Amino acid sequence: MMTTANKTTLSHLDWLEAEAIHILREVAGQCSNPVLLFSGGKDSLCILRLAEKAFRPGRFPFPLMHIDTGHNYKEVIEFRDQRAAELGERLIVRSVEDSMKRGTVVLKSEDESRNKHQSVTLLEAIEEFGFDCCIGGARRDEEKARAKERIMSFRDEFGQWDPKNQRPELWNLYNARSHKGENIRAFPISNWTEMDVWQYIEREKLALPSIYFAHQRDVVMRAGSIVPVNVPLASGEVINQPKTGEEVINMQVRFRTVGDITCTAPVISDADTISKIVLETATTTITERGATRLDDQTSDASMEQRKKEGYF
Amino acid sequence: MTTQHNDSLLRFMTCGSVDDGKSTLIGRLLFDTKSILADTLTQMDRTSKKRGLEVVDLSLLTDGLQAEREQGITIDVAYRYFSTGTRKYIIADAPGHEQYTRNMVTAASTANLAIILIDARKGVLTQTRRHSFLAHLVGIPHIVVAINKMDLVDFDQATFEKIKADYLNFAEQIGLQRAGRDIQVVPLSALTGDMLVDRGDAMDWYQGPTMLEILESAPAGHSEQNEPFRFPVQFVCRPHASDDKDLHDFRGFMGRVESGKIAVGDAVTVLPNGYTSKVKAIQLGDEQLQSAITEQSVTLLLEDEIDTSRGDMIVKSDQAPEPVKQISGMVCWLSETPLSTARTYIIRHTTRESKAKVGAIEYKVDVNTLEQLEAQGLAMNDIAKINFKLAQPLMVDSYSKNRATGAFIVIDESTNNTVGAGMII
Repeated sequence: MMTTANKTTLSHLDWLEAEAIHILREVAGQCSNPVLLFSGGKDSLCILRLAEKAFRPGRFPFPLMHIDTGHNYKEVIEFRDQRAAELGERLIVRSVEDSMKRGTVVLKSEDESRNKHQSVTLLEAIEEFGFDCCIGGARRDEEKARAKERIMSFRDEFGQWDPKNQRPELWNLYNARSHKGENIRAFPISNWTEMDVWQYIEREKLALPSIYFAHQRDVVMRAGSIVPVNVPLASGEVINQPKTGEEVINMQVRFRTVGDITCTAPVISDADTISKIVLETATTTITERGATRLDDQTSDASMEQRKKEGYF
Repeated sequence: MTTQHNDSLLRFMTCGSVDDGKSTLIGRLLFDTKSILADTLTQMDRTSKKRGLEVVDLSLLTDGLQAEREQGITIDVAYRYFSTGTRKYIIADAPGHEQYTRNMVTAASTANLAIILIDARKGVLTQTRRHSFLAHLVGIPHIVVAINKMDLVDFDQATFEKIKADYLNFAEQIGLQRAGRDIQVVPLSALTGDMLVDRGDAMDWYQGPTMLEILESAPAGHSEQNEPFRFPVQFVCRPHASDDKDLHDFRGFMGRVESGKIAVGDAVTVLPNGYTSKVKAIQLGDEQLQSAITEQSVTLLLEDEIDTSRGDMIVKSDQAPEPVKQISGMVCWLSETPLSTARTYIIRHTTRESKAKVGAIEYKVDVNTLEQLEAQGLAMNDIAKINFKLAQPLMVDSYSKNRATGAFIVIDESTNNTVGAGMII
């Protein structure tokens, strides 16, 4: 162990870290069967580090779970498995494809994005394991429906969020009580911004999947967004074929946010280190989801709508 | 541009209604500190045009939910973030109307500074009194009175001075100064930006700091380190089944320092049982600390093997509070279901819960006139002084001395909803 000098004040990162650890421990103290949602993405990697600080030398008082759409970057999936193994914690994976086989997820067309259908698979997994709380990496600065989300957010038996009827949340007295079948979503990094996340990754020297850093990639320009094409999956399948007439360009890009391949777009970048990414984040003129989430641009309320249906 | 290095964080709230220009004030703070990115502006522009507005409506930044956009009002507390490079800010934006008292109390509970907006044309109004009373009740240490819309009174100094005198007179009446609150009054125009981030040149008669200068220099939460040490135990770490033999006797008490500070070697008492010991080690992840300060989340190891669990509180032996089974406090009722004096509720205080019954409702406060009224029951948004009888002892301090150990919430066991917020007297 290393010994650290005494602190007299907390920096903003120290404060955010202390708050998040407090929230994680409240979940552990108040809930009987919580689970930590872990995708391999940067926000959930921060939460893993926070969980280490909260619970080591003990084991995490919850397993990790990933809801896999089957359309995730293989670099991220490999990283997810590697990180869970390094930590020695249990990783549960439930897939949208299994829900499709069960008939609980029905796609309108074969190429419809599976992203929003994660909600169904998540609710099925919650029921299968009897989880009473899911810890997630959502942040209030990401999207305006999230700006009004509680740190401990109540969901009814159908996984629904009722924005007009949220539990008041005062001081740091969190109320994570629920009846059987109901569920709490807990968001330890609610008060973090994208910049805070990158600064924390830099300070803690966290490893990340390679696609967060600048790399060469085949893309097409589609409706103003950069869309990755010919993406190989872990299964060997290749998805996102260019449409007829689209010109494939090889570009240097990185991902600011990582999720389902069909709805996350990269940005042009030459930032190949964390400190370069921090610098780019400080000077960007486009919001994180604005640049990169193809699913939030359909209407003013698309995130709010998905959340009401059980999405994170 | 270099990497940002924020050395502290300030949480503040804004009190006022749309009519006072609150949303415009927040919008301008974000805009002038370059915290609004291009795509958000484009989207606001699009929405403004859709609504037939000619200029971008900065208040669009602060309404989040579909229902709020449809009705053009703010219903719930929204949290916003910005950074100046030296400080990170969290704004709790609460709606100002009377029926949203509960939301104001919610926003105030985590704020260290409150901006109270006054329309320079209207002066101190009933709602100004209500906002000030609530900010006072919830113990916000720093109050900034923003006399807004100075552009509409020709930036007139006399108008400003009169409102300032009126306000300070009222503040005296409700005891804001007596309670040691720091009050600053600043003239500004959120619309033109004068005295917000930039001084502008319309109010050279004003020598005080701009709004942003006040925010930048306000002490962050808990800079007062002379509070007694309070450490509610959240979780006990006993990795005895681990493969590592050294850990078989490990017993870590995990929690957050709610107030005061602690160092290795300090004599401590664990309440409510009263066992005493000394701090053997303080850990944060794989770091060994010599001491820990307010708001730090750490793990404490004690010299002696003491049976301690979640809900216990570790304090310094010479600063131990007496566990009590009766409390008296100001309670804001948050639920649509009125308080029932016949029912049993759950009170959550720090990490501890107890069943509780109402002993008596002493009086209720009219938040507009501040009169004390007789009350039989409590409805949503009511504020009253209530005595509770407790099944379990709690380790409390008065809220005016310690916000963390003076606060509690009331939970309805049948719905699990948070129905009340209390501050111990």
